[in-house]
Amino acid sequence: MGLSMLAAMRPDSWNFPLLVHVFGAMVLVGGLLTATSALAFAKGDVRLLRLGYWSLLAVSLPGYVVMRIGAQWVASKGWDKVDPAPTWLDIGYIVADAGALLMLIALVVGGIGMRRLRQGKGQGLLKAALVIAIVILAAALVAVWAMAGKPN
Amino acid sequence: MRFDDWMLALHVLSAFSLVAGIVLFWVLIFVGWRTDTPEGTLVLNPVAKVGSATVGIGMVGTVVFGLWLAFSIGNYNIWDAWIVIALVLWFLGGALGRKTGEAYLEGPKKAQELREAGQNGPNAELLALNRTSRGLLLQTLTSLVVLLILVDMIWKPWA
Repeated sequence: MGLSMLAAMRPDSWNFPLLVHVFGAMVLVGGLLTATSALAFAKGDVRLLRLGYWSLLAVSLPGYVVMRIGAQWVASKGWDKVDPAPTWLDIGYIVADAGALLMLIALVVGGIGMRRLRQGKGQGLLKAALVIAIVILAAALVAVWAMAGKPN
Repeated sequence: MRFDDWMLALHVLSAFSLVAGIVLFWVLIFVGWRTDTPEGTLVLNPVAKVGSATVGIGMVGTVVFGLWLAFSIGNYNIWDAWIVIALVLWFLGGALGRKTGEAYLEGPKKAQELREAGQNGPNAELLALNRTSRGLLLQTLTSLVVLLILVDMIWKPWA
């Protein structure tokens, strides 16, 4: 039986961890979409800059944590012992780990930008956070494609 | 990847687009709750348009690619209970989503009127429209219906 077939014909005990994983990932993508939209349309408007940063911090970050907990929960059902791991699983882990690092950088850079907004500065740093958030969003969509389509 | 794998990937990506749009609108509802000025309300319009586009793409994509999969994959049939449930919930979610949009459009409409009248300060009526309890109820119901679709897709009851 192929690994894709195994993933499709999963036992019922995997369903709830999978729901947690997918729900977290959806909230993560929603937060990233909100953050990138608000930061891209801000054009110096402090309200949208704040909305963009807080979407990253208060929506994307919790979404990421829930997604990652769900992922480890599903992995603990046996996927962590599959060797070699299928390509789609590797893509998921790479995007999740790199995404965490990039999100941390975006939050720190954007956080400094938010502090500097009070002195009328910091927009450049928030633009940098926007670029990083776009990269994470694009990578997350690639991960969704890989997880759903299961290449190889 | 086989063609059906691509269809499944696009179906799931559409679902992500739909839920991402709903999450975006939840953020806007939260922000709108404290917004009582026309400028503060209208500045959110471009972000709301992104949400409308992603919800639209998600609604169309989920049903088109989902129906393709129902007819194409041998193990699935369009009359399978979990697929019928998903379709019923999809129509219900669509109807609720339209009503939610209508409820939350009242605020920006009022904000536009106020701005055209030169009234740019805080306005109690605008705040009340941005805090529409009917809209909040409809958005909650829409989100619950979409969550039920997700549960249905994962558990596939009576499959």
